[in-house]
Amino acid sequence: MTIDNSIRGQKIARNIVLYVILVLLCIYFVFPLIWMLFTALKPVTEAYELPLRILPRHVTLSNFTRGWREVNFSRFLVNTILVAVPAVIGTLVSASLVAYGFSRFKVRYSAFFFSLLLATMMIPQQITLIPTYLIWSRFHLIDTYVPLILPSWLGGGAFNIFLLRQFISGIPKELDEAAFIDGANSFQIYTVIIIPCIRPALTAVGIMSMVYHWNDFFSPLIYLTSKKNFTIAIGLQFFQSSYGGNTNYQLMLAVAFVSLIPLILLFLFCQRYFIQGITTTGIKG
Amino acid sequence: MYGRRGDTRRFFLYLSPWLAGFAVFTAYPFIYSIYLSFTNTTISGSGRFVGLGNYIRSFTREPLFLQSFGNSLYYVAVFTPLSIILGLLIAVLLNRRLPGINFFRSAYFMPYITAGVAVTMLWKWIFNPTYGIVNFILSLFGIPGPPWLNSPDWAMNTIIIINLWNIGNVIIIFLAALQEVPAHLYESALIDGASPAKSFFHVTLPMISPKIYFNLIMTVIFGFQMFTQPYVLTGGLGGPLNSTHTFMLYIFNTGFKYSEMGYASTLAWILFVVIMLFTQIFNLSSRFWVFEE
Repeated sequence: MTIDNSIRGQKIARNIVLYVILVLLCIYFVFPLIWMLFTALKPVTEAYELPLRILPRHVTLSNFTRGWREVNFSRFLVNTILVAVPAVIGTLVSASLVAYGFSRFKVRYSAFFFSLLLATMMIPQQITLIPTYLIWSRFHLIDTYVPLILPSWLGGGAFNIFLLRQFISGIPKELDEAAFIDGANSFQIYTVIIIPCIRPALTAVGIMSMVYHWNDFFSPLIYLTSKKNFTIAIGLQFFQSSYGGNTNYQLMLAVAFVSLIPLILLFLFCQRYFIQGITTTGIKG
Repeated sequence: MYGRRGDTRRFFLYLSPWLAGFAVFTAYPFIYSIYLSFTNTTISGSGRFVGLGNYIRSFTREPLFLQSFGNSLYYVAVFTPLSIILGLLIAVLLNRRLPGINFFRSAYFMPYITAGVAVTMLWKWIFNPTYGIVNFILSLFGIPGPPWLNSPDWAMNTIIIINLWNIGNVIIIFLAALQEVPAHLYESALIDGASPAKSFFHVTLPMISPKIYFNLIMTVIFGFQMFTQPYVLTGGLGGPLNSTHTFMLYIFNTGFKYSEMGYASTLAWILFVVIMLFTQIFNLSSRFWVFEE
């Protein structure tokens, strides 16, 4: 009896310790975002008040409204949506098509091309960056959204193809064959059988792709030159050193927080599928 | 149904988007950039062949070259092991079947979801020497906070600390790997009298070593490409005494600010060779510690 109790006591103590660590880490990972919100809600006088207070004494929404108007944030938001949504759709469509090809059609050279696919993941962006820029420049597509969207429709990234291919390979071929016997061609099998089965992986790819395109800084930085075309990532830069050399953090954090809300909502909405998509693909290094 | 006639045609049909993209955006630029590295092409696309001039120039007439390279190397050398170890430990923690663990898993992924310019600026505010919350908390303990991003000694380390917040992708890959380790291996170890620590080192680590290898290589490759943080946190100019002037920033400024696309391609290729060296070293060493089934 006493041995059982002491073991149970040990277990409870250990669980308490684990929960404490979990909560501390949770604070570490989430608090900065909360701090962002609190700073945004404080009137200007409070944020620069020393000693710092965590909670705002007076909650104000003026930072949000002022910040939004100062840089015409609506424009940036619309632009970001105009870039991110087509790019994500393109990624989902093309990556799944290519992954289907890799997974189901094992012809003589398929292994070679698959190794090629994996190899491209190792090429750093700097190598292809400059020639790619020069290509777009020659076609006069600088300052358009084409360089930001088109690549997503041509495969959507090696990693995404790889992820989806692993997932598709896990679907039993008997399902394909049953459909085939019913007279389906390969494309119908793709739409009717494969796509519904890989929903978790598609969700994962969709979210990763959305996060990537929504937050992308580098590509808009080099390809967009006129203010009316800027995305949120570039637009936030306007808050830096536009007030006599000092960044107005409050306006910036307020507007930035708003720009993060769609992503946070999307993730919270899809998190179960997302985690499932990543963890059950059997990503083999 | 697979393995019939016409499958080759179908294979290439389904791969066609990627094949087209590969040809235009990977293969052609790859080869063209080699050529560019031997020219002095500008942003307008015109330039002349200069042979090895760019390469020689980088080593002899550009002090910023060595400094940028050193900065990036420092970052990779410090950040990579820290992120992998920390990521693994957190994944182990998250792997437990405690009630409510899913909430924590989602919470720990928040940084990855929100990563970008917005959050980077947030961190600049958090590490602000006067009004930032980090120095405030330190002052509560009587520790005078350093000037963080304004100090040549601390700036790069601050970036490393900030990026350690962002290791959600590492965590999730480790989490997936941990969940794939067959339970019976742990049971056998337990029967053989292994302590939790022993089973971690002799069962867990070997079984997830392929993912450690994957994360290692990916972290190194992305580490050399880090751009947003140095650019946003310390301005496009490289920070205090150029301490945060990473190699990627160097390439960017060279190509897009100073318009020297030929020289920038040279730099990109030197970096690529270095990354390949790293990858090869990891590859060769993998025989000794990566366990393939």
